[in-house]
Amino acid sequence: MSEIQLEIDGRAVRVEEGTTILAAARKLGIAIPTLCDHDGLEPYGACRLCIVEVDSGGPASRRSRVAASCVAPAEAGAVVRTRTEKLDRFRRTLLELELARAPDSPRLQELAREHGARRDHFDGDASFCIHCGLCVRYCAEVKQLHAVGFIDRGIRKEISFLPEIAGRECEACKECFPLCPTSYLQAAYVLMRSFVVPSRMK
Amino acid sequence: MTRIASPTELERIRAEVLAGRDPERPHVAVCVGTGCLATGARAVLAAFEAAIAEQGIDATVGVRGTGCHGFCERGPIVVIEPAEICYLQVKPEDVPELVRETLVEKRVVERLLYLDPRSGERVVRESDIPFYKHQKRLIFGPNRTIDPTSLEDYLAIGGFRALARALFKRTPEQVIEEVKAAGLRGRGGAGFPTGVKWGLAREAECEPGGRSSGASGASGKVVVVNCDEGDPGAYMDRSLMEGNPFCVLEGLTIGAYAIGASEGYIYVRQEYGLAVENVGRALRRLEEVGLLGDDVLGSGLSFRVKVHRGAGAFVCGEETALLLSLEGKPGEPRTRPPYPAVRGLFGRPTNINNVETWAAVPRIVSEGAAAFAAIGTAGSKGTKIFSLVGKITNTGLVEVPMGIPLREIVFEIGGGIPGGMRFKAVQTGGPSGGCIPESQLDLRVDFDELTRAGSMMGSGGLIVMDEETCMVDVARYFIEFLTDESCGKCAPCREGLRQMHRILTRITRGEGREGDLERLLELSALAKEVSLCALGGTAPNPFLSTYRYFREEYEAHVKEKRCPALACKALVRYVIDPARCTACLICMRKCPEGAIDGGKHRIHVIVQEKCTSCGTCLEVCPARFGAVRKISGVPVPPPPSEEERVIVRKKKAAAP
Ligand SMILES: Cc1cc2nc3c(=O)[nH]c(=O)nc-3n(C[C@H](O)[C@H](O)[C@H](O)COP(=O)(O)O)c2cc1C
Ligand code: SF4
Ligand code: FES
Repeated sequence: MSEIQLEIDGRAVRVEEGTTILAAARKLGIAIPTLCDHDGLEPYGACRLCIVEVDSGGPASRRSRVAASCVAPAEAGAVVRTRTEKLDRFRRTLLELELARAPDSPRLQELAREHGARRDHFDGDASFCIHCGLCVRYCAEVKQLHAVGFIDRGIRKEISFLPEIAGRECEACKECFPLCPTSYLQAAYVLMRSFVVPSRMK
Repeated sequence: MTRIASPTELERIRAEVLAGRDPERPHVAVCVGTGCLATGARAVLAAFEAAIAEQGIDATVGVRGTGCHGFCERGPIVVIEPAEICYLQVKPEDVPELVRETLVEKRVVERLLYLDPRSGERVVRESDIPFYKHQKRLIFGPNRTIDPTSLEDYLAIGGFRALARALFKRTPEQVIEEVKAAGLRGRGGAGFPTGVKWGLAREAECEPGGRSSGASGASGKVVVVNCDEGDPGAYMDRSLMEGNPFCVLEGLTIGAYAIGASEGYIYVRQEYGLAVENVGRALRRLEEVGLLGDDVLGSGLSFRVKVHRGAGAFVCGEETALLLSLEGKPGEPRTRPPYPAVRGLFGRPTNINNVETWAAVPRIVSEGAAAFAAIGTAGSKGTKIFSLVGKITNTGLVEVPMGIPLREIVFEIGGGIPGGMRFKAVQTGGPSGGCIPESQLDLRVDFDELTRAGSMMGSGGLIVMDEETCMVDVARYFIEFLTDESCGKCAPCREGLRQMHRILTRITRGEGREGDLERLLELSALAKEVSLCALGGTAPNPFLSTYRYFREEYEAHVKEKRCPALACKALVRYVIDPARCTACLICMRKCPEGAIDGGKHRIHVIVQEKCTSCGTCLEVCPARFGAVRKISGVPVPPPPSEEERVIVRKKKAAAP
């Protein structure tokens, strides 16, 4: 694999082809906020907090777009901006949307402070899960157990433990709990156990 | 039919088929597409077979069941050739008469012909019916003349000539150049130039040894037909798959040759049973005769096709979601790049096109790029099939040249708005398309013009709306659909649509707040630019386009709590005009809430506190009185006093 060069926030950086923009920025010590990204897991690209503006393409086909840096590959000759007025506005709105779902999440509150996101900008509709998929992906990719997964789609999508697997495996593991940016995962787990365990364990 | 091992044999067999057919021989085409089947076409077809046998003319008259003719609303449709006599809404009991009169006595049965409401005259030939007259049915037209289960029928109209030409007279690169020169753009929505896409897939390298090549164990490039068609109300892809599967497969095989693919998949939505059946039968037939499989037509091309039934989610039509779904994974879009052309099904370079795109290919190869490019506008070539529905006189599938004025589709082909109503808007492009107002009716329909007008070509849905449609409610309706159909993975789409839906619902209930419109604009910008896939990227269109053209309706809802179209239930009140009420008691008796106060000779009054705005009174009030009205945004007038409410009947003949 060959090395490519690009520019992030005015600074040049060389990375292996196939590196994400997020990783390239980190190499320069530039911090990009993330929620669904995790070192040990495949990039997911769901929270979109890590958005950047990218100018790429040859002279004839040069175009500018907003991309999620955790999944967007660094391109040779690209010019990337990680902080612009537009990106700040989008990040703020994203955080405001998630705050409507998980108002008590310390991680969200911290990010909200940094980005000036208002807690009540949108109607509250607390469900506590923000669909970062960390638990689901950790269980699938690292533990290869698939004890927790997403069910349904659209606005009804939520995580759910699969009682047959979770009842057997989770008590001894619980490694996903600290990954959850809200308290929802543990709540869902406790709820699942309350249905499953009485009949199983006694 | 034995194996067709060369182009010469193909032509020999075609000549044999044609020699056995007399174009002057009368024959009956009964549409057995999904629409006509639903209205009883199967029984009509059987009745023709029986009646023709009974008359003893089965040796001289042919009968065939064909694919969809497009005018489904008037089905079952029967066309009798060679005179092209078109009978609509035919019932089995009409059939003996049609056989006796038209086939034996050579007379037309007037009562089953199309009646032109404008001229008041009957129309004999199908192509003279205004619905058809303004169309250009290049892709869809053959549906009418062939039995989709008969390879012979397809050969008789020149089938597989294009494939033979591509395989033996053109290099793969030349085929790609031809498709590029034709200016064909993808019919699945985004309008990406098809030839360019094929070129990318052709250039892509298969990773040696491949990433996991998955269950199939195969490697090499893949071509895919996207027949997911998740847009409710659209059914052109279905009708092509059902009515002319050989054409789609011929296009696909040409594509496989051009790209260098060894395997093809047809992704059909679960509900499309007849499409699956017909395309499956066509596949087996082509394998039997050597038009698919190893050494196609003796060219050395090896190409196999499988049919896959999709789960039926709207988002599974998105190409990356579709490919994951083909791999047996959840149908969630993934980030592009890498594009499917580089890394598609099981990591193999994959070219995916819409059904209609594939169906256009044989024609381009057989007639040449120039003939195709001669139709249409500078940026959009050829024809496009639309599904015309809503508040319009003629509904159905229509195929028109790119660049046709929208007005012509609505008023000439569609026959205008029924019930004396005014046209208000036409929603194009499926759930995440936009609404185009009357002021834009002269727009020339093509990819770029629709986008410029804030809508899109999308799958080709055209929903006509009349003056009684509230545009805020329309936006709410489509956004609601999308909140259900979003895959729910990325935040701008899932959470953004959730909030947009809440706000729009609030506005239609008269609970709109200051700042709501700004919030909607902000969420639209976010979803458009930041979403992972094009579902989220286009989802704000229903709001943005209605806001662009009908902003005053939004403002009326939010600021005055008024619905100008008098459609939002929470914002309208029903009132009885005392000057017109004759105290006929009808509404009083019909009101399910008992909310109407009145009596004999006593003018009726709606008790607003009890009224649920169900609209029954308005429906039942006799038109000659027309005493019930809807109002919005204005106070309910005070009821007349008790004295004023008494109606004194003038019993004696009133002298003027
Ligand atoms: C939400 C969504 C749904 C889609 N549904 C379909 C569909 O039902 N049929 C289709 O052909 N393309 C659909 N597409 C477009 C495909 O992603 C893809 O662009 C298309 O199949 C490419 O074929 P074409 O180049 O021939 O248009 C959809 C796209 C999105 C974003
Ligand atoms: S935009 Fe919508 S449909 Fe597309 S990936 Fe995001 S949530 Fe899924
Ligand atoms: S960190 Fe990139 S989308 Fe979440």
